[in-house]
Amino acid sequence: MNSSHTVSVEPQSTVTPTPRWVIPDPPPLEVHDLTVAYHRKPVLWDIDFVVPEGVLIGIIGPNGAGKSTLIKAALGLTPLASGWVHCYGQPIHKERKKIGYVPQRESVDWDFPTDALDVVLMGIYGQLGWFRRPGRAEREFALECLRKTGMADFARRQISQLSGGQQQRVFLARALAQNSRLYFMDEPFAGVDAATEKAIVTLLKELKEQGKTVFVVHHDLQTVRDYFDWVCLLNMRLVAIGPCEEVFTPENLKKTYGGRLTILTEVAEAVARNAPPGGRS
Amino acid sequence: MTAWLNDPNTRWVLTGCVMLGACSGLLGSFAMLRRRSLLGDALAHAALPGICLAYLISGGQRSLPLMMAGAFLAGLLGAFCVQAVTRYSRIKEDAALGMVLTVFFAFGIVLLTLILRTGGQKAGLDKFLFGQAASLVGSDVRIMVICSLLAGLVAIGLYKELKLLCFDPGFADSLGFPSAWLDALLNLLIVAIVVIGLQAVGVVLMVALLITPAAAARYWTDSLSRMVCLAGAIGAFSGALGTYFSTLAPRLATGPLIVLSAAVFFLLSLFLAPRRGLAAKAWRGWTLRRKVARENTLRSIFEWAERENAWNQPIPVEKIAARRGQNPSRTVHNLTLLAREGLVQFQEGKAYLSEAGRGEAHRVTRNHRLWEMYLMHEQELRSDHVDRDADIIEHVLNPDTVAELEELLRQHGLEPQRPPSPHPLPG
Repeated sequence: MNSSHTVSVEPQSTVTPTPRWVIPDPPPLEVHDLTVAYHRKPVLWDIDFVVPEGVLIGIIGPNGAGKSTLIKAALGLTPLASGWVHCYGQPIHKERKKIGYVPQRESVDWDFPTDALDVVLMGIYGQLGWFRRPGRAEREFALECLRKTGMADFARRQISQLSGGQQQRVFLARALAQNSRLYFMDEPFAGVDAATEKAIVTLLKELKEQGKTVFVVHHDLQTVRDYFDWVCLLNMRLVAIGPCEEVFTPENLKKTYGGRLTILTEVAEAVARNAPPGGRS
Repeated sequence: MTAWLNDPNTRWVLTGCVMLGACSGLLGSFAMLRRRSLLGDALAHAALPGICLAYLISGGQRSLPLMMAGAFLAGLLGAFCVQAVTRYSRIKEDAALGMVLTVFFAFGIVLLTLILRTGGQKAGLDKFLFGQAASLVGSDVRIMVICSLLAGLVAIGLYKELKLLCFDPGFADSLGFPSAWLDALLNLLIVAIVVIGLQAVGVVLMVALLITPAAAARYWTDSLSRMVCLAGAIGAFSGALGTYFSTLAPRLATGPLIVLSAAVFFLLSLFLAPRRGLAAKAWRGWTLRRKVARENTLRSIFEWAERENAWNQPIPVEKIAARRGQNPSRTVHNLTLLAREGLVQFQEGKAYLSEAGRGEAHRVTRNHRLWEMYLMHEQELRSDHVDRDADIIEHVLNPDTVAELEELLRQHGLEPQRPPSPHPLPG
């Protein structure tokens, strides 16, 4: 770990100076030379990056770009072919309590016999450790987390009787219950209603205010600039990572999405619509 | 009734089967939720060659601890084979289970036939196929009780972790509860309970005692803790009932009787459970159809009267049927039901709304149009997540939203007019 990470990004305009992102030492997440392979077929190649604290980072890229794999590798859920991932200067298995995770909503069976409050309580299991059961204090805290996602009224509702957006909010409440400093969220916006999307964005901003760093796998290029401070463009290799106004450019998007024409037009629109006045794009 | 309990051996057997049933119900809940039901079956079948080999190694001695150890090791080997085949080949888990189960069982049957041919009938190894609780002696039962208690206690102690494993193994990993270890532990517990149950229930049927109580319990509750307790209770009852029936006739195998008892509990649950049971579902479907038919008929009459501005004029059945696109006999049936409620006057193939009917039809129509409006403008409105089947829209949407919807109805000229009283005052 070298402490020369305190390099920052050049302000791009003298009128509206962009915030200087200072990378602390140790950084919330440092990925070094990361390669992941499934069945001898590499899905992520030589990924290297560090991120500052208190940023919302969108991970974008085409299908099969390895977005979920990057998250899983960072969480230590998938074996690495090479490289390492450090969280606050420590290997992740030593810092699990600092890392929160929101898996894809489809990854679990929602017909499981349990209610919303119970799912949120699972977020506290990590702090409890082996054998200890959640008690009254934990229950209150879980309810508080449900309240923050607007789901307090549904605490005792069986989870299969929740709508997709509500299930996603329950998952977010569970992540809040983890009370971590670094979060990974796998497509929290997939298949949710407009109100839930707004609620999630508000929540993300709150987390950021509290100095938490949040990685979010995202699909909608139109909203990248609105929702995130940083963006990570991924297509098996890391195309670019950095502040949106720096790296969310047509060239980088073309490199990420390649010759996929339908997406290219979308990209052009997204960039045209969201380009800051006087910006470089 | 309790005379059969006078025999101390029967009491032992009963204790053993009740403990076995309770623990397999408990573990079965986790096995079912983790989708390991078939693994239990494969493990039980895989145990047979272990038993036979243990018997051969001990030189024809029937020693239960040794045979259980053999069964346990063979079961573990079976579980390992399934895992290895799934991981290192392109064969999927279901195929791997099918292969391992049959190959181990075939090997077991070959060994068993050999043993029986060479004068091992007295050892009663064939009893392991379908179980014979009556052949249990005090020391056997002691082992059964201790082992199942241990397995049960481990599962209860790790309840929180097993629950997490069954619901979201990836999340468990991210919290530092390795799902691979927990899976291995669950497999170990399943092997243990299967081995314990072999003598009472037999290799062929053991999986039923593991899964059936859990499947039955799932019908009654949406809480895992309650489901686990209930599955344990159903398992215990099945064990007791099976034992009781097997004492009625000599040489009756206990396994099938225990399994049949559990199946009766399952069938009862399948049909009678509130909410999830088939009877409750059928009842809900019937009441829903009836409610929809009632409201649509009322609305058809209301909308016809509204359009024609003919509140006191009876409408012929054929017209309602045509509007509803249904067989007139069906319409007559619906109108008869409405007449019985006092909502319509229905005579000579013509119907009109009574005073009460006008109020009700107005309510139904307004509700229907508000919901339509809500669905059309859902994205712009505050998105309360709602029960769209609710009778009264105000109960599920907040007053602001209802006011907005009413405004929309007015703008579109869709606000249902309040019908006049059926007997307007003269002048």
